Amino acid sequence: MIRLLKKLLFVLPLFWGLQLFAQTIVVCSDCKINSIKEAITNAVAGDTILVKKGTYKEYNIVVDKPLTIKGENFPVIDGEDQGEIIRVVSDNVTIDGLFIINVGTSYTSDHAAIRVVRSENFLIQNVVLEKLFFGIYIEKSNNGKIYHNKVIGDAQDEYNSGNGIQLWYSKNIVVEQNIVQKVRDGIYLEFSDNIIINDNISTENLRYGLHFMFSNDDLYTNNTFENNGAGVAVMFSKRIKMLNNTFKKNWGTAAFGLLLKEINDAEIKDNVFEENTVAINIEGSNRVVYSGNDFISNGYAIKVLGACYTNTFEKNNFLYNSFDVSYHSKINDNVFHHNYWSSYTGYDLDKDGIGDVPYRPVKLFSYIVNKTPETIILMRSLFIDIIDFSEKVLPVFTPDNLLDMTPQIKRYNDKD
Amino acid sequence: MIKIEQLHKKFGKNQVLKGVDLEFLDKGIFAIIGPNGSGKTTLIKALLGMVVPDKGDLSVGGTSIRKDWRYRDQIDYLPQIANFPANLTVKELISMIKDLRNRPGEDKRLIALFKIEPFLSKKLSNLSGGTKQKVNLVLTLMFDSPIIILDEPTTGLDPIALIHLKELIKEEKAKGKIILITSHIMSFVEEMADEIVFLLEGKVYFKGNIEALKTQTDESNFEHAIANLLTQEDV
Amino acid sequence: MFKILKYIFFDLIRSRWSYVYLLFYLLLGAVLLFLNNDLSKAVITLMNVIIILVPLIGTLFGVMYYYNSKEFTELLLAQPIKRSSIFIGQYLGVALSLCMSLIIGLGIPFVLYGLFQSNEIWDFVLLLVTGTFLTLIFTALAFNIVLYNENKIKGFSYSILLWLFMAVIYDGLFLMSLIAFQSYPLDSFSIGATMFNPIDLSRILILLKLDISALLGYTGAVFKKFFGTGLGLFISIGALSLWVVLPVLNIYRKCRKKDF
Repeated sequence: MIRLLKKLLFVLPLFWGLQLFAQTIVVCSDCKINSIKEAITNAVAGDTILVKKGTYKEYNIVVDKPLTIKGENFPVIDGEDQGEIIRVVSDNVTIDGLFIINVGTSYTSDHAAIRVVRSENFLIQNVVLEKLFFGIYIEKSNNGKIYHNKVIGDAQDEYNSGNGIQLWYSKNIVVEQNIVQKVRDGIYLEFSDNIIINDNISTENLRYGLHFMFSNDDLYTNNTFENNGAGVAVMFSKRIKMLNNTFKKNWGTAAFGLLLKEINDAEIKDNVFEENTVAINIEGSNRVVYSGNDFISNGYAIKVLGACYTNTFEKNNFLYNSFDVSYHSKINDNVFHHNYWSSYTGYDLDKDGIGDVPYRPVKLFSYIVNKTPETIILMRSLFIDIIDFSEKVLPVFTPDNLLDMTPQIKRYNDKD
Repeated sequence: MIKIEQLHKKFGKNQVLKGVDLEFLDKGIFAIIGPNGSGKTTLIKALLGMVVPDKGDLSVGGTSIRKDWRYRDQIDYLPQIANFPANLTVKELISMIKDLRNRPGEDKRLIALFKIEPFLSKKLSNLSGGTKQKVNLVLTLMFDSPIIILDEPTTGLDPIALIHLKELIKEEKAKGKIILITSHIMSFVEEMADEIVFLLEGKVYFKGNIEALKTQTDESNFEHAIANLLTQEDV
Repeated sequence: MFKILKYIFFDLIRSRWSYVYLLFYLLLGAVLLFLNNDLSKAVITLMNVIIILVPLIGTLFGVMYYYNSKEFTELLLAQPIKRSSIFIGQYLGVALSLCMSLIIGLGIPFVLYGLFQSNEIWDFVLLLVTGTFLTLIFTALAFNIVLYNENKIKGFSYSILLWLFMAVIYDGLFLMSLIAFQSYPLDSFSIGATMFNPIDLSRILILLKLDISALLGYTGAVFKKFFGTGLGLFISIGALSLWVVLPVLNIYRKCRKKDF
């Protein structure tokens, strides 16, 4: 009876057109259909393939029609290190609830657990990826959503590891509530515009927690980047908004919370930078507004290298950083105002909440450390305090117009 | 009891003691006198182990003092300038010294004798010079040791205390002790001393009793006899 | 030795200077905490104060004590007590009473402020450990100075010079040599050079706590090993202990040979 029904189900769509009757195809190890590939072959557009709990040793699964592939209790798809596992080449595909492992590592092609190619309206959710090379790879595909996935890598070296979530020449995609760990770049965007990245947690990645290249008009909010090789790198991109993110414990020689390189017109607001070697490393970036951020116990809060013009730093809290601001040159075209600096020692006689003496955030010592890095061992020495003080009184080496004329007496409390 | 052999001591270029030989075997009061810089203080300090001699040997009670500090248990010493920890009280100081020496002392009797009960719970920094000297005497004389060394004991004492001191010294002598005294007060020396050791430029210039000194110098007056010793040297 | 220590200690903790010193810390701690209401900032400021002030007070107090109690020392020397016991006892008496002023003076305001409920407690403990080390070291150095100099003026001058050298001049020379030889690999040298100055060593302990993020930005492998692992803490504490032990041994050696 069931067989008959199934046969009927296959035949019927041929007559009634594609999406009139979406059917569910069940895959399990002792079902008649015991592989996903077979299910796809048998499915017609609009069908749902329900994968029961079990282990399926498959790779190079091509989803070439609009289907929903849904796992029940996280069935395992084991690629046995053979190469790519799922490739989506059709619009309107949903992949949900799978546990994909053992993506093949290759030096010539970027094998991914799930790759979406030239497709629209995809949804990838509740997927768990382990032992992977590349995780979710979106290629020239638009209007999709990557939601609530978990990517746990075991990357050891940069040269033979891939990225957790990668978007390449893709537009209008939402990346939300994903957890990405221990891959090369947690989330990587290249030539991808209008992307929204919210509420993700990207930690312990070899290179960057989040990485933008040549991508414009993107927004990322409420993400946490912790303990990555370096937190977030934004390079050669325009109009990126970075709001309410947390950048934490990105320690190391070339580590930073946020790297800006050739970035224009970005907005960096209400983020928390805590215990990074460098909180924000800025190179050749213009017209960027930094406001309402908390810089707490970083090595450097702001490190400016190379030409940066018309940037504004306002209403930020600079708390207990070893260096608040470091400059490599003597020229300054950026504005600092209404910030709170924990190392400010001035007074407020007229009680208007603004210090009566300007604050000079660049210390001579940071200049010395730039020239001779070993001198960092002399930090907090009385001698250094003395020379810093003399430089404060009479700036010779540091930009003399780099001042916060309106330093706040009280720190800004969170979210007001 | 005390034996000093060929004692040499040099401070920088200044040779202070140039081979002192002395023996104090029996009980008695011995006054060590001499002009300033003659080496009196250095000699006493060497005896107390405060100055390390360059050459020569010192022995107390038959054993050399070079390596061993325990012999000081046999000596009571009264230092010249009394200056104590400012924030201790007199009572605490007395019990501290008893504690350090690990011996009971006759402090009660001496305190009564010198009438310092009213000061017992005062801080040492608030005492007058004379009272400090009395405390100093109590600290020194409350133990019953076979040797007593007194460095300018009369400093700052009122006449009554001075009389008590003299009596005390005589009592101690009667117990069979060796008592060494340095003093600039010649009348005190003449009254108390059984024997005189006259030091001059780091050497023992005269040792003997006062009569012998007077005979040797042909003077009937003790002070003149001392002066005579000095002028002989000048000639 | 413990008897001497006991009496010196009880004498000193009743002295006016101990109270002044204690009050100073009490006031400093209270002002920093209750006026600023910022525990982290208070700890940072205190660390800066402590690594400069404690050595100064330690040396001056040590020198002052020795000269003021010279006659008393002579009285002790005439007692049947070992010489080294007298001096080590005096040293410990002075150093420990200073440490106590420091610990109580800072402890009270911090405990009242609610230190035990905060994450800063380890920073605070480190602060006290550093202060204690510096007191022990600089009091010992002061005793060394006075044992070699009977002349008060000389003794005081040397002790102030010592402080000035350790607190400022040394780092100036250090900085200049780093800049002068910047084309050479300098990380071993710079770590080595800090070992010869206890103030720098204490500074390193503090850096390890407060500025670890900045320190890890440096590329040198030796630095990385030193600051990035427990090694730095271990070596610094070891070197500081050595800085206590060596001067104390010298007090022990010198006082046995000295004439009074």
